[in-house]
Amino acid sequence: MDLINNLMLGFGVAFTAQNLLYAFGGAVLGTLIGVLPGLGPVATIAMLLPSIYALDATPALIMLAGIYYGAQYGGSTTAILINVPGESSSVVTAIDGYAMARKGRAGAALAAAGLGSFFAGCVGTIIIAAFAPPLTELAFKFGPAEYFSLMVLGLIGAVVLASGSLVKAIAMILLGLLLGQINTDVISGVPRYSFDIPELTDGIGFVAIAMGIFGFGEIVTNLSKPAEHREVFTKDVKGLWPTAQDFKDAWPAVVRGTALGSILGVLPGGGALLASFAAYTLEKKSRGRKDEVPFGKGNIRGVAGPESANNAGAQTSFIPMLTLGIPPNAVMALMVGAMTIKGIQPGPQVMTSNPQLFWGLIASMWVGNAMLVILNLPLIGIWIKLLTVPYRFLFPAIVVFCAIGSYTLNNSSFDVYMTAGFTLVGYIFYKLGCEPAPLLLGFILGPMMEENLRRALLLSRGDWMTFASRPLSASLLVAAALMIVVVMLPSIKAKREEAFQEED
Amino acid sequence: MKIKSQKDFWSGLMFVVVGLGFAWGATNYSFGSSARPGPGYFPLGLGLLMAILGAVVLFKALAVETEDGDPIGEWAFRPLLIIMASVGLFGFTLPLLGMALALPIMIVMCSLAGDEFHWKDALISVVVLTLGSWLIFIKGLSLVIPLWPKFITG
Repeated sequence: MDLINNLMLGFGVAFTAQNLLYAFGGAVLGTLIGVLPGLGPVATIAMLLPSIYALDATPALIMLAGIYYGAQYGGSTTAILINVPGESSSVVTAIDGYAMARKGRAGAALAAAGLGSFFAGCVGTIIIAAFAPPLTELAFKFGPAEYFSLMVLGLIGAVVLASGSLVKAIAMILLGLLLGQINTDVISGVPRYSFDIPELTDGIGFVAIAMGIFGFGEIVTNLSKPAEHREVFTKDVKGLWPTAQDFKDAWPAVVRGTALGSILGVLPGGGALLASFAAYTLEKKSRGRKDEVPFGKGNIRGVAGPESANNAGAQTSFIPMLTLGIPPNAVMALMVGAMTIKGIQPGPQVMTSNPQLFWGLIASMWVGNAMLVILNLPLIGIWIKLLTVPYRFLFPAIVVFCAIGSYTLNNSSFDVYMTAGFTLVGYIFYKLGCEPAPLLLGFILGPMMEENLRRALLLSRGDWMTFASRPLSASLLVAAALMIVVVMLPSIKAKREEAFQEED
Repeated sequence: MKIKSQKDFWSGLMFVVVGLGFAWGATNYSFGSSARPGPGYFPLGLGLLMAILGAVVLFKALAVETEDGDPIGEWAFRPLLIIMASVGLFGFTLPLLGMALALPIMIVMCSLAGDEFHWKDALISVVVLTLGSWLIFIKGLSLVIPLWPKFITG
């Protein structure tokens, strides 16, 4: 069977000493940043992009992927132990997880989160392996018009599911697309918006944007808030293994969460965050045994469901990135950037042109997930210690890494200045309540979108109807329009606001 | 007219101004025609679209009542300026002074951005981070970064 053969090839790649090491390194780093509040995977991956120059493409991407799903694990640890979700996707885990920790059942909560995530990770890996080839086949039938429409759908999908104002989010996408226009036009060779600065004719480095906005911008934001007091339930972490009753309660939640997360992860903008919210709602609605602990008071299903869902979502959000080259969220946008840095054009051809990379990456996700269970459950004590590192030691370290990283991109001071400039931009966005993630997606997709738009128009001799008359393209655009309409419906709008209110 | 949402008002204004700016800039490049789009085609459309969306945000900010007026709040100028300045200075000093001097300067400077500053803590950060960066970036990843000042290496 093809699936087995492909996975065998993948595991062959993943189980080399070098790749195991990078998967491990990524998982450790990911857990670390997941545990440390105020440092997200986007900033970390941006920070590490310069270091992948020295690596081959496969170990580099394996490491970056490890950081991404490692952060999901680490984030849940802090959510359970100190009620501070390290990642936005573990916000709901904190509700019941922290309640369990206060009752002295932190161990069971951590185990439920870890084992649930592992199960979800295994299923997610198989789903990617099974669905990637047919999707890739489909992608090869795409012409420029279809690609353009697909990107429209991807970008719209990424914002309708995000929190905050829809109009502002779409405007942020457009701003990202416009920033992507600062470059030399591929077709005519005319430098655009470069103001005669030679460095700008190559375009703004997306690392400068990501580091400035997500790295430094977050530091300024964190420093402007008063230092918070944290209470750590360290002494109560004992009895790691859940009871038989816990297992019986948790496993249906794990299965439901995994199913839900796998589906939502594929949707643009879905990924881990939406998956965990939806799974929590589902668990609340579904009936458990009669005498179970109520939700909000430390119900194990409230931990197992969302944690499985966010991990499954994190895995399957690789599907659109790997098969179509379209990133569904900001982390995937950086992965696309990393591939470009390594000279790999993201898109459906990656599977055939770089099978080692493609299947190796997929197999390494399973390996990484297994490592994470080992890392997180017995070594929990070490992670807890890290929680006590004060921010005044942490932020200079982030500044150093970002500053050196931005310099090494092109060995020029110009990128460092750009990064410093985007710090201001990032802080303004924060102050004005504009979410920056859509901007990054737009920025990454901008040049591709323009190229496909112009090629589609060339092919159709300037007829814009080409986007509507080709059935595949038309259905993608209709789907995008439907998404906007559905979100604008008053009843859904209220629900959406309510859902994001809970998050705050 | 009263501004009903500070955040939306200013962000809407930002989208309008930046959108029009890009659209105006696009007029310097050939627009082409729909059959042969030129380099100005896509940015002009995008800029105008963004300006329109900005106007919608602006209109809502003036028309739709909010509970507390969505205040922007205090600007944290201190950390913002210190972080920007220390990073900018690092970009300037690194080629001249090398990592061995430029990093410590930046670390001490950016430590001032926090609520509390202790020389002891800053010096610990300097030693750990400078050594660490040397090990990771120069030794480990063998990236080309100047280590010593120009006046020493010549």
